[in-house]
Amino acid sequence: MSIDKKTVEDVAHLARIELEAKELEKLSKQLEHILAFIDKLSVLDTGNIAPTSHILPISNVLRKDEPRKSLPIEKTLMNAPDKQGNFFVVPKVIE
Amino acid sequence: MKYEAVIGLEVHLHLNTKTKAFCGCSTEFGNAPNSQVCPVCLGFPGSLPVYNQTVLDYAIKVALALNCKVQEYTKFDRKNYFYPDLPKNYQVSQYDLPLSIRGFLDIELGGKFKRIGITRVHMEEDAGKLIHQEDISLVDFNRTGIPLLEIVSEPDINSPEEAYEYLATLKSTIQYLDVSDCDMEKGSLRCDANISLRLAGAKTLGVKTELKNMNSFKGVKDALSYEIKRQTEVLDSGGKLTQDTRLWDAKAQETVAMRTKEGAKDYRYFPEPDLPPFIIKEDKVAEIKKTIPELPKEKMQRFIKDYGLSEYDAKALVASKKGALFAEECLKRFSDKNKKPVANWIIGPLAALAGSRACETSELGIFPESLVELIELVEKKQIISNLSGKVVLEEMVNTAKTAQTIITEKSLAQISDSGSLNSVIEEVIRENTKSVTDFKSGKANALMFLVGQVMRKSSGKANPKVVQELMRERLESA
Repeated sequence: MSIDKKTVEDVAHLARIELEAKELEKLSKQLEHILAFIDKLSVLDTGNIAPTSHILPISNVLRKDEPRKSLPIEKTLMNAPDKQGNFFVVPKVIE
Repeated sequence: MKYEAVIGLEVHLHLNTKTKAFCGCSTEFGNAPNSQVCPVCLGFPGSLPVYNQTVLDYAIKVALALNCKVQEYTKFDRKNYFYPDLPKNYQVSQYDLPLSIRGFLDIELGGKFKRIGITRVHMEEDAGKLIHQEDISLVDFNRTGIPLLEIVSEPDINSPEEAYEYLATLKSTIQYLDVSDCDMEKGSLRCDANISLRLAGAKTLGVKTELKNMNSFKGVKDALSYEIKRQTEVLDSGGKLTQDTRLWDAKAQETVAMRTKEGAKDYRYFPEPDLPPFIIKEDKVAEIKKTIPELPKEKMQRFIKDYGLSEYDAKALVASKKGALFAEECLKRFSDKNKKPVANWIIGPLAALAGSRACETSELGIFPESLVELIELVEKKQIISNLSGKVVLEEMVNTAKTAQTIITEKSLAQISDSGSLNSVIEEVIRENTKSVTDFKSGKANALMFLVGQVMRKSSGKANPKVVQELMRERLESA
């Protein structure tokens, strides 16, 4: 299975990773190997098997609608790279 | 119309649970920024979400009220994208196995019902709030993780008016369920629209635009009207439409195309591994179904049947659940078979008073029995005129006194007994001989003039109907 540079670039963009030309080359090859490995699964006939979304046999894990204490503001903002009053501060991004 | 508009609406609805979807943080509106957050809703590594039982129950309730089929097996998926209002860099949503599918909502326009299909109702979570400044953005995560439902309609809507009616009916229906306050101003109900045009009668769909940023039902209607005009002009001039997202600018009353980066819309959905699936059994669905009250459409039809009301009146009375309850108490108590006066008083003067006080008719502090007493005093016993009745109603709201007390205190009662009216009538006849002659020579208008004189002499307290009868009798017998 081959994977072109454009695809790797797109995936890198979606993950917000900047790649240099050399890295792009290297990662394209690695991704190809990974996909080839995964592709081994296609030898199995899964036509009659429902897709698995969860591997554990548990369901309906729920909690009651009862409020619990939130974090104190000092703790919430403790590791924030930047803050102002009660707010987190981020570079301006408008979509 | 040369073109037919094809419109689908996507509504996001906050559910009014006490806590967020996946953690115990409060959902209260309007508190200090970032005061309702915890490791789960801030997306800290190692934290684990657990779903709110009440959210699931409410979601099923909404799905059923919209006639959707609740799926036995449903799960959450991650919708991946980067934006600063989304601390986990993914939104927990539903993709291929949503909570419910294939429902409908009937809307009423000009006396006719139209069925609008509901594609799906699924569960997800809200994002945080950004406040943009000159070169930074401030982030408040209080809203992050608040339970949301996404309600997607089929493209069955064909005009801005239908879109408005769909939203009004949806809001009214959901408010009956007591699961959301549906307040667009507070952002607890939001709406995006998809719209395309096609030649009337054509089967294939045209190129659609997605409209965002409407913050009222009227905004949705206006944005759609503008878009129909804009797309018509492009098509008529031989141009081609592009599939884009446009923002409604309420001030300029126009839609503006959004810049979107190519390939940005690759959300890479995959099953949310932190949240196991739900298996919703039939008995659970049946149990929730029992908690659904009579909904606006059924209530409207019953009001028409049981109380002989017009569609217009019945629809106005059932718009809110509390209002409908109040109206029905009044309708039941009113001793006449013709219930129209009750509807008139509630939809007219009472609704006006509620409007000026920004509350519901049921919240004015007037009991159904007090209102009915007033209506009967005006409409049946004709103790006071319609106009005085409105004054009395306002006084009832202000002072919580009964209609009868106010009428006595202000001596508003109409004079209806012939004894006291006859002397005034004689007086008027003596003073207006010309009008009397006019009437006798066939000028019908003269009667109204003479009645008017009696009204004036009694300072407006004479019962005009009785005066008219007495005056006619008197003139014709003489």
